[in-house]
Amino acid sequence: MKVRIHVSLKPGVLDPQGRAVHHALEGLGFTGVEDVRVGRLIELDVADGTSEDDIAQMCEKLLANTVIENYRIETTEAPKE
Amino acid sequence: MKTAVVTFPGSNCDRDMWMALREVSGRNPVKVWHGDADLPDGLDFIALPGGFSYGDYLRCGSMAANSAIMRSVVAAAGRGVPVLGVCNGFQILAESGLLPGALMRNAQLTFTCRTVGLRVENSQSLFTGAYDAGEEIRLPVAHHDGNYFADADTLDRLEGDGRVAFRYLEPVNGSQRDIAGLLNEAGNVLGMMPHPERAIEDAHGNTDGRRLFESAIGALSAA
Repeated sequence: MKVRIHVSLKPGVLDPQGRAVHHALEGLGFTGVEDVRVGRLIELDVADGTSEDDIAQMCEKLLANTVIENYRIETTEAPKE
Repeated sequence: MKTAVVTFPGSNCDRDMWMALREVSGRNPVKVWHGDADLPDGLDFIALPGGFSYGDYLRCGSMAANSAIMRSVVAAAGRGVPVLGVCNGFQILAESGLLPGALMRNAQLTFTCRTVGLRVENSQSLFTGAYDAGEEIRLPVAHHDGNYFADADTLDRLEGDGRVAFRYLEPVNGSQRDIAGLLNEAGNVLGMMPHPERAIEDAHGNTDGRRLFESAIGALSAA
C-alpha cells in the first residue's frame, strides 16, 4: 500500500526558503504569485492493512517535527493486477 | 570527574569537545558511540558535539535523536546528569524533546561561519556560573540551521523562567528573540549554537568558551 505524507510548515512559521523561491519566481517575471511555502513529500510503501493510526505515529515520532510542521496523510491503494 | 562525548556518524566537533573537557577536567573523557545502547556508569557530564549527524537527513538532528544512545542520554538527563549540546548537539536536544522549540534553516539561507557577540543572560546556571551577569562575550558559530523557533507563549515562559542562557548581540540566523543558548526546566541541560569548545586556549585566539566548562566542571567537582 502506498502512502504519501505531505509535510508543510505551520501557518505563521516563517519560511525563508519559500520566500527565496518567491523572489526567484518574481525575478523570472512571473507575476501574481502571492506566497510560496516549501514542504516535503515522503512516500511510504507499507504492508496492506497498516492502520492510519500507525502512520500517524510515524509522523508524530519522526517524519514531521510538530513544533513547526503539519502533516497530511494520503493513502492510495495499490492498483489491482 | 567522569565526562563523556557522544559521537554520531557525521559528528565533526567531537575531538574538539573531547580536548576541551580534558583540558578543564584533567581527565580523558569517555568516547561513546551512537550505536551503544548504554552509557558508561557513573557519568558526571555528557556532551553532544557539533557536526552533521546522519548527513542532516530529514531534519538536522532528527536521526540522532532517535538513535539507541539518545534513549540513554534522555534517561540520564531525567536523573539530573548535566548534558551539553553544541550546534548539532543543540539540534539533537531539541529533536529529542529535552529542550523545547526547533532549529530551522538560517533566515538568510546561508551557512554562517564567524565569531559573534553574545550576552550571558543567565549567569546562575550550572554552565554559566563563572560568567558575570549580562557579560558580553564572543564565540564562533558555524551552522546552516540555527534559527531558533518556538511559539510566543513558550518564548515568554522561557524568558520568564530565566532559561535563555545566551543571546546574540547581532543578527546571526533569524532566531526568535535572538536566542543562542537555552536551558531545560531543571537547569541540567544546555543547548547552544555557538561553539565554546573552539575558544578554550590562547592558541584559539579567544578563551571566552573556557569558563563554560570551568563553570560546570567546577560546580560538579565541588558537589
